[in-house]
Amino acid sequence: MKSTLILSTALAGMAFPATAQEVNVVSWGGAYEKSQVEAYNKPFAEETGVKVNMIAADNPATPLKAQVEAGNVTGDVFDIEVSDAIRLCDEGALVEIDPASLPAAPDGTAATEDFVDGALLDCAVANIVWGTVISYNTTKFEGDAPTSAVDFFDTETFPGKRGLPKNPKRTLYLALIADGVAAADVYDELGSDEGVERAFAKLDTIKDDVVWWEAGAQPVQLLADGEVSMTTVYNGRIFDAMVAEGQPFEVIWDGQYMDMDMFVIPKGAPNPEAAMDYLKFATDTQRLADQAKYIAYGPARKSSADLVGLYQDGETEMAPHMPTSPEALENAVMDDPEFWADHDAELSERFNAWLAAS
Amino acid sequence: MANAALDPHAAIATTASGAPARLTTADGKPLARALARSQSKARRRAFLLVAPLLAFILITFVVPIGQMLQRSFHNDGFSANMPQVSAWFAETPAGTVPDDAAWAALAADLTASAEARSIGVVGTRINYDMAGTRSLFTSTGRKVRRGIEPPYREALLEIDEEWGDPQLWSVMRSASTAVTSNFYLASVDRTRNEMGEIVQVPENRRIYLTLFWRTFWLSGLITALTFVLGFPIAHLLATLPMRKSNLLMILVLLPFWTSLLVRTTSWMVLLQQQGVINDILVWLGIIGDGQRLQMIYNQTGTIIAMTHILLPFMILPLYSVMRTINPSYVRAARSLGATSWTAFRRVYFPQTLPGLGAGAMLVFILAVGYYITPALVGGSSGQLISNMIAMHMTDTLNWSMAAALAALLLGAVLVLYWLYDRLVGVDNLKLG
Repeated sequence: MKSTLILSTALAGMAFPATAQEVNVVSWGGAYEKSQVEAYNKPFAEETGVKVNMIAADNPATPLKAQVEAGNVTGDVFDIEVSDAIRLCDEGALVEIDPASLPAAPDGTAATEDFVDGALLDCAVANIVWGTVISYNTTKFEGDAPTSAVDFFDTETFPGKRGLPKNPKRTLYLALIADGVAAADVYDELGSDEGVERAFAKLDTIKDDVVWWEAGAQPVQLLADGEVSMTTVYNGRIFDAMVAEGQPFEVIWDGQYMDMDMFVIPKGAPNPEAAMDYLKFATDTQRLADQAKYIAYGPARKSSADLVGLYQDGETEMAPHMPTSPEALENAVMDDPEFWADHDAELSERFNAWLAAS
Repeated sequence: MANAALDPHAAIATTASGAPARLTTADGKPLARALARSQSKARRRAFLLVAPLLAFILITFVVPIGQMLQRSFHNDGFSANMPQVSAWFAETPAGTVPDDAAWAALAADLTASAEARSIGVVGTRINYDMAGTRSLFTSTGRKVRRGIEPPYREALLEIDEEWGDPQLWSVMRSASTAVTSNFYLASVDRTRNEMGEIVQVPENRRIYLTLFWRTFWLSGLITALTFVLGFPIAHLLATLPMRKSNLLMILVLLPFWTSLLVRTTSWMVLLQQQGVINDILVWLGIIGDGQRLQMIYNQTGTIIAMTHILLPFMILPLYSVMRTINPSYVRAARSLGATSWTAFRRVYFPQTLPGLGAGAMLVFILAVGYYITPALVGGSSGQLISNMIAMHMTDTLNWSMAAALAALLLGAVLVLYWLYDRLVGVDNLKLG
């Protein structure tokens, strides 16, 4: 009797993962993860009966690479940055996704037309567009408020420390914009030695006033503590502080750095079909628009823009807080993953050498 | 032998010739062999007892670290995916100008690699040694997938002129064998030029040697600071009556049990320019509001936070050694006329050395590998080499480079350990 019990328990335990429909999604945690749970996971589970497990990672590309290399893939869908999506796709770690198989917009526009430029790759589909923007503490400046990237580098008129991320990708472009380079020419400039010199020379002018941050939560904290008067910050985080916590912050869209987040499926995923279903479901027009209700990131589909409504507090209009709004796009630099795949290592070394030489 | 076998009681048997006999057991087997067998049985049993631990250490420690370290000198990203051109490199001496066979091999490999979706791995490998070449491989790969016609040299140069760059060919040659020293060279700010000679990288990219030096210097300083702060505390703990010292011990252990991140962020709250300490100083009128001290997001922040976090690792071994020191030695020294300083210096202090050695060793080795605290409070001048290892692990995904840096760090720590053993002797170490 006892052995039968043990045997049946063991069998049930073995059978469970095979029959239970589930999909493991690895994402970035925090408010962002919450928005995905509300906008994608809950309706997906309701509609299909498939359980969605959310796993948080500092940068989901790192566990993805580790899992593929170790031959033990446990995640089905990963939410990663564009440069990592391209790199991992070229290295053969990801499943190819046919853009024609993605659901069309409600008005019948094919997915290939509906997504913004660069949102569909061989192995990846974008879900959101997010920006790194300048933000300042309104209590820190009497008189004129700063309005541009130039003001960010002007510590005479706008005193106080500045917050910048400790990496070349999100600092060098801002230096060039502030030095008068047009957003469209930033990568041409960074591709030349003179352009890199120019960016570092501009950074030199505020080097002693910079507090370097690493994690996305830090700049918001620095701004709230009054440790810096102005900082660059991810737009979703600063929106959260401004609207949900009522902090006296303001956003400058000039010199915005735009990025996308991508859904990818690794080769060898444990539940490939469920993963593909989830990916198609989560990137349809309604779901992307729904996500904007919980976090200030722009949907990667054009057809979602009109469906973006109010924030979950029921009173804040989301459209002007979107990194894809017309004002925000005026002087925005779009991330160039090819450029960074080529130059990330080199410029990182340069950047760290520059940091260390004080 | 035969006689001995007949007498079951004979422990020692002699041969007919009278030469020294072999010892045998009662049943006639040679004693040495029987002994060895029974001993080996005991050894096997002992081995079986430790086998789980051994397997555990092998699987969770030796194998992963070994695999990681292997990456530092072994990267077959190019050689495994570009077999034909790798073979051409193997056949020709360094510096050979690529001939038609080389170009044909390159074109064939590029096509095959692009089909197999491994072109990114190839490009990434070359990009480690020559920045800006990754997209050359991936974009060329996309084009040759649609087909490429001879003459291959002209066809490839048509796609991108950079294929004619001798530097590129020299880098491909060095990557054509899986075993490479390039990652170690890069870890000490060196690279190879077109001729294959080892040269320093341009000055504005030299970073690792500076950081290695800073890591060891700061770790030494932090070790010294924990000693200066920890020694009196350990002494107090060891000499106070049990009840009071237990209470104090809790004060030492409480932060030790608190999460590292909590302690690090507490230091941010205390030390930042709008933080508690600066507020108090301004309130007391010691400094003006405009002259708030910069105590964090620089080297000072790293030193303060790490000293605090590592302090228990110095106090605990010191304390455990000091408890065992008999107070009558110092009393005897005093009664024989030593001043209190001499008694401390010549009698008490030498007896604490095993604890000091263990504490210093622990603190130093932990400090050398510290990563999260300097990342959060170190700003630009408080970065350590482990922050670069983390960057290569998570940002640039150049694990070979991370492995090479980690291997050098490990090597340096082992050298220091060896020196310590020679100078002080590891036997004198007392962890508790």
